[in-house]
Amino acid sequence: MIFEAMLFYLFAAVMIGAALGVVFAKNPVHSVMFLVLTFFNAAILWLMAEAEFLAIVLVLVYVGAVMVLFLFVIMMLEVNVEAVKRGLTRYAPLAIAIALIMVIELIQLIWLRSRDVQISSSFAPNPEGYENTKALGAVLYTEHVYAFEIAAVILLLAIVAAITLTMRKRPGLKVQDISKQVSVRAKDRIRIVKMDAEKKQ
Amino acid sequence: MIGLQHYLTLSAMLFVLSIAGIIINRRNLILLLMCIELMLLAVNFNFIAFSRYLGDETGQVFVFFILTVAAAEAAIGLAILVVLFRTRRSINVQELNSLKG
Repeated sequence: MIFEAMLFYLFAAVMIGAALGVVFAKNPVHSVMFLVLTFFNAAILWLMAEAEFLAIVLVLVYVGAVMVLFLFVIMMLEVNVEAVKRGLTRYAPLAIAIALIMVIELIQLIWLRSRDVQISSSFAPNPEGYENTKALGAVLYTEHVYAFEIAAVILLLAIVAAITLTMRKRPGLKVQDISKQVSVRAKDRIRIVKMDAEKKQ
Repeated sequence: MIGLQHYLTLSAMLFVLSIAGIIINRRNLILLLMCIELMLLAVNFNFIAFSRYLGDETGQVFVFFILTVAAAEAAIGLAILVVLFRTRRSINVQELNSLKG
């Protein structure tokens, strides 16, 4: 139990440090790398909370797809980093003040309320033979099947929207026009000329 | 003993950090999107902690849907960002004022 608590504090500290790195890194590429570290540590913490399926999904979907997308976009845009970061220090005191106030309020709320309503200090152990993925699937495909379908439609929408937004038609680009190719007739292309065979001199 | 409070505290810290990130980095649109991702991660932490505490999988189903919608949002947001950069050559939020009268 002590070992588990130590692991929790270790990964939580790394995660908060990585999140600080996301916010304060000078270079956006470094920010993305810190964000990847944050997600990895979050996945580990979710594993410790026995949400195995979501931990794996977080690594696969977020680290594997979304963060790679961010990296591609950042490297493609070649933004002038210095110009963007110029006004960083102006709002830092305000941000830190707001953050401190909010975190003190939230932590006070969490710990005071938990003392009032007597929340047990650790999670109840799962029943014997409990499988997180199985249990999640049993709920997801029965009770929440309509929401699941809507999620699928949202993903389709994202594909269509992203492609239509970023597709551009450059003038003078050499592309195939399939319908024109299919509708071509032989008489448009070749002319058959009847003529006599040539005689040997 | 790691329990509900520890997860909630961690999530609160992450959430607040991402708010500070949004205020500090409000010139760079990419960093704003990344801070929103961090914020969603903090919310997901809350859902998972409560789902584990109450022994109810519905919270984890909700996290699943949040992940789906966040992935779609990131894809569309980045697509808009790319289009914006192509037309304006800048992703500085303060220069994106073409609707201003």
